[in-house]
Amino acid sequence: MTFSTIQALVLRNLYLYTRTPVRLVELVFWPLVDLLVWGYLTVFLQKHTGDSFPYQITFLIGAVILWDILFRAQQGVALYFLEDVWSRNLLNVFSAPVTNADYLVSTYVIGFLRAAVTSLLLAVLAIVLYSFNLFELNWSLLPFVFNLLVFGWSLGMISTALIVRWGPAAETLAWAVPFFIQPFAAVYYPVASLPPAIQWISQWIPCSHIFEGMRDGLKDGVVSWNDLAMATGLNAVYLALAGWLFVRVMRTAREKGLLTKFVAQ
Amino acid sequence: MASPVLEATDLVKDFGAVRPVDNISFELRRGEILGLLGANGAGKTTAINMILGIVTPTSGTIRVFGKDLARERIAILRRMNFCSTYTQLPGNLRVWQNLTVFGKIYRVPNLKRRIDEVLDLLEIRHLKDRVSGHLSAGESTRLNLCKALLNKPELLLLDEPTASLDPDIADKVRTVTKRIREEDGTSILYTSHNMRDVEEVCDRVVFMHKGRILFTGTAAEILSHSNEQSLESLFIRVARGGEIESGEGKGEPDATT
Repeated sequence: MTFSTIQALVLRNLYLYTRTPVRLVELVFWPLVDLLVWGYLTVFLQKHTGDSFPYQITFLIGAVILWDILFRAQQGVALYFLEDVWSRNLLNVFSAPVTNADYLVSTYVIGFLRAAVTSLLLAVLAIVLYSFNLFELNWSLLPFVFNLLVFGWSLGMISTALIVRWGPAAETLAWAVPFFIQPFAAVYYPVASLPPAIQWISQWIPCSHIFEGMRDGLKDGVVSWNDLAMATGLNAVYLALAGWLFVRVMRTAREKGLLTKFVAQ
Repeated sequence: MASPVLEATDLVKDFGAVRPVDNISFELRRGEILGLLGANGAGKTTAINMILGIVTPTSGTIRVFGKDLARERIAILRRMNFCSTYTQLPGNLRVWQNLTVFGKIYRVPNLKRRIDEVLDLLEIRHLKDRVSGHLSAGESTRLNLCKALLNKPELLLLDEPTASLDPDIADKVRTVTKRIREEDGTSILYTSHNMRDVEEVCDRVVFMHKGRILFTGTAAEILSHSNEQSLESLFIRVARGGEIESGEGKGEPDATT
């Protein structure tokens, strides 16, 4: 792993944003739409249901912000690969002295930066518009956020591996993969509200523990260490598996000439 | 005699039932420009991709700078570079931004100065602040060449560098190719469909057809073995499936030298 290579690969992506400010719209616009829709739905439900609707309904806003951290981290990894496909730069990168580790770490950095920009903006707007303060989680917010980042990176690596394996026609997976797990991840509702069979699936998804922990933390002010430990343990396993899958698929891509198919498209 | 910069030995590549490269062997000597010539589907690009490590050979070995590419790919890639008419640098970055990114990847010392040097060499320094996607085909090809020359590669792979260029720009590219060989001793593997390119630039030629090597030698040697008047007429005869009378299918390194 080489610092200058990682720096170069990160720089390449940052230049895109300085060159094309309209790309910032993608980082800001859709998350903002989500926040406004879910935020005003929350306000409506609180106003019209009175005490019959619990305070936890405001956690929808927290869920929007935390889900976006995961989604942006995943996008950072998956779209990084597609940027090179779209600009016909893929062979220049993969014929350069870039190791798998250099490549992946630079995508992690981009994923982190994307998530940081979006989540900070949403968190501040949530305070201003809805008096919802995610920072009430204090320091426990950091491990929650870190776990979401890591799971986003894992999903990003899986998305990229599938795109490499199945070719340009599978590009849409870059956006679809996080939503495959979203219904089971208890993002906007407690795990307990799911049918038992889906609850079983949910327990194996790291971010479902994060969203449960976030709800408990904001409700009681107590950090759910159990949820954090489960999320961290699962994340370690998924990160290793996703990394292994990525390396394995890149090896297969070299054997089958898959990378060159992206050039010929 | 100095060891070759590049040695491909018994190289085979299978993609399922298709065999685009069928047991080829050749070597590139230090400071030499070796042409890889053949019609579409001859296996040139697959061979280049294997030398770049983008495609893994089914069997055979590639040694670059005396090292096994399969084992020391990254160390080898640091000392070589690549330019293809089929790849581009990101069109939404400025020229200097693209060169900065690749300069850092290749760990080029004094990068800003080196960027100016290569832009001067290719006569496009005035385009330094331009957006790469707004360049003409000729300018874009020269930018690709700038990227390929940034790290002063000891081995340079040029995949049809003059394709789609007008005669003036194509001539400039050929001139630069010869100049960097003379000034820096760069060894160059050069694929082209342009016979003039090959005759003017290459010291030797590997003539491929359907994944195999038909001839290896200087242009004059190949013509004398094939009983043709020009490489172009030989190219057309081979592409149209004409019978090859001399040196056919030997597939041995330097078979005619």
